[in-house]
Amino acid sequence: MHELSIADAILDSVRSEAEKRPGAHVTKVGVRIGALSGVEPEALSFGFSALVQGTALEPLDLVIELVPRRQRCKACDLTFEVPEDVLTCPHCGNGETLMVGGDELDLTYLEVEG
Amino acid sequence: MGRVVLEKKVLSENDRIAARLRESFATHGILCVNLISSPGSGKTSLLERTLECFPEGKRVAVLTGDIQTDNDARRLARFGFPAKQITTGGTCHLDALRVERALADWPLENLDLLIIENVGNLVCPTSYDLGEAAKIVMLSVAEGEDKPLKYPSIFAKSELLILNKIDLLPYVPFDMAKARDYARQIHPGMEILEVSCTTGQGLEDWMEWLDKRAADLHR
Repeated sequence: MHELSIADAILDSVRSEAEKRPGAHVTKVGVRIGALSGVEPEALSFGFSALVQGTALEPLDLVIELVPRRQRCKACDLTFEVPEDVLTCPHCGNGETLMVGGDELDLTYLEVEG
Repeated sequence: MGRVVLEKKVLSENDRIAARLRESFATHGILCVNLISSPGSGKTSLLERTLECFPEGKRVAVLTGDIQTDNDARRLARFGFPAKQITTGGTCHLDALRVERALADWPLENLDLLIIENVGNLVCPTSYDLGEAAKIVMLSVAEGEDKPLKYPSIFAKSELLILNKIDLLPYVPFDMAKARDYARQIHPGMEILEVSCTTGQGLEDWMEWLDKRAADLHR
């Protein structure tokens, strides 16, 4: 359970962006979480709400975009999404594929008012 | 004011420090590995056996992370190599800042190999880059062979899987072939070693892996 540390890191960024915009209020923060990021979205939302509650950051929503693991086929170069750990290329059936995405833990955007 | 696009890593501060560590390891020609497993898989035992094998004067040091106690550092210090405990006080993983602080008073020019034993956990340490050249995941045969499927991130991100406690195979229902298949299903081409820290079986392969990995670094 390291989602609280992750939530705290997100809030650090929100605070430093807010400082650059005096008088404005950040209402929403967007994050992208990969299937292999090791972050549990529900635990992150829970930790985030707990940290925001009772602070000047309220109201602040966390919007989570989940992205799947992506592999690229070494034979035919197709990049494909991996729903359930089947890493074989769906196009040519080659078993040798490289992970090219899915471990994202990104801060994507802020919505700012005022 | 509307939308402000950020597109940066949530852990960009950790990654920034990790990059600094990685550069420092490269400058000093140090191989740094980050050893990750569940609690009780045998990380400290592997380090004991590893340090035991090294000749006096080997330029190796270990950092070991735990939530509480300095038991592991005390277990490891008796081999005469520098060993330091990082006590996280509740946090379930090491981060780059903790590693950087722990290394602050160690002269890196005296090191060729730094082994970091992470906090026992297959999930949280996965997200935190420590500046290592390679993550190594350990799984013992006393656990389930489906761990690679249950915790895919760490198996996808680790260069090497060490299957430990193979001396227990006759007594446990662990299916070695399945464990290897699952690991390679998650991480095609993953290197896998089978060892027993109790009998010493397979440890020479591990020592060879370390030598080869260190040599790769200097190529």
